[in-house]
Amino acid sequence: MSIWDYANPKKFMDTTTPAIPWIFGGAALCLVLGLVWGFFLTPEADKFGSSVKIIYVHVPSAMMAINAWVMMLVTSLVWLIRRHHVSALAAKAAAPVGLTMTLIALWTGAVWGQPMWGTWWAWDPRLTSFLILGLFYLGYIALWEAIADPDQAADLTSVLCLVGSVFAILSRYAVNFWNQGLHQGATLSLDAEENISDVYWLPLLVCIVGFILLFLALVLMRTGTEIRVRRLRALERQAQRAVA
Amino acid sequence: MTALLHRDLRLSIRAGGGFGLSLAFFLIVVVLVPFAVGPESEILARIGPGILWVAALLATLLSLDRQFALDHEDGALPLIATSPLPLEAVALAKAVAHWLTTGLPLTLAAAPLGVLLNLEGTAYGWLVLTLALGTPALSVIGTFGAALTVGLRRGGLLLSLLVLPLYVPTLIFGAEAARRGAEGMDATTPLLMLAGITAGSLALLPFAAGAVLRINLR
Repeated sequence: MSIWDYANPKKFMDTTTPAIPWIFGGAALCLVLGLVWGFFLTPEADKFGSSVKIIYVHVPSAMMAINAWVMMLVTSLVWLIRRHHVSALAAKAAAPVGLTMTLIALWTGAVWGQPMWGTWWAWDPRLTSFLILGLFYLGYIALWEAIADPDQAADLTSVLCLVGSVFAILSRYAVNFWNQGLHQGATLSLDAEENISDVYWLPLLVCIVGFILLFLALVLMRTGTEIRVRRLRALERQAQRAVA
Repeated sequence: MTALLHRDLRLSIRAGGGFGLSLAFFLIVVVLVPFAVGPESEILARIGPGILWVAALLATLLSLDRQFALDHEDGALPLIATSPLPLEAVALAKAVAHWLTTGLPLTLAAAPLGVLLNLEGTAYGWLVLTLALGTPALSVIGTFGAALTVGLRRGGLLLSLLVLPLYVPTLIFGAEAARRGAEGMDATTPLLMLAGITAGSLALLPFAAGAVLRINLR
């Protein structure tokens, strides 16, 4: 029993289809719990006032926007190396979700930035690199849409994802170099002595788990849809051949 | 490889290729900018290097889609692919030809066009230097994008969408070095980064372009 067993579409579908409602349920539970906890049961930060509470949407969505691209990178590599169709389809399925997460992060950031910085948008390194990440997502999705042959599309988008990752990282550091920012440093990091205080940290953690589960459920569902579309096409072709 | 290079050079110069077109486009963009931002010479001098960089980038972009598309249409591309030359080398030759017919003329044209934007005396050298260092990267990245979209019917717009985000680091370091140089600041770091991007793209991207061409010709 290895993870590659799930490269079999049937096995993948049999496992994920019943699991999806549970994952959605877990996501809903975590998000409701985390958001209610974060919005109504935490004290207001002295400097930020109540606007700090948008952090419970902003940080998890920003994390997932980056993680989605990393996931696409991994699945693209798996497709290029081991030619598992499920992997390519999972990358395709994750892209629009990642783009949505990017837009949510940008939007909530703008809403937060308005009262805090007095501006909706600033050419800050973090903001700018997220905008560029969004452009990468757009290009990737557009390339998938433009190519008719699915295997060719999977190949080309995988290569684009690899090259794009390198340039996305380059852009991140180039942008850092180009302008100093307004954005505060990382809220959470594993090696920091002390992160934000536990009062905010625990509900944020719950929200992050909720976003991860939501992303997982959406990607599994969309991958399942892609597999079904593939099957339908195969069936249609079979039927046409039977007629001819 | 030299034969292919010669062929591409001849084709682009003779057959009404992109040679003059991208230069003319460069000129027009630079002429349009003062109409848009007003004729004050201080403002123009300040944004001049950046404007010239963006204009050069767009002019490069404009000539990319014909790079493989023409060969694809008349069936020369499969012939080139079946030659003993590996596709990676084909991609590199195409990129070099593209640079010689687009990047190099743009670099040379940037200085005279800088006069239109009231650039200061120190800015010219920096502008030409950064463009000379940066345009090869633009050509190679663009070749990768062109190889990616070669089989598509309406590849042009998609090509811009794919290639422009990839141009971001080159543009940032190039324009930053030009700006710092023009203002008399130390421009070593962005200049080195720009050179690094060009060297890295030249070394690695032909392989990606070759792989993509192979997929597209399958």
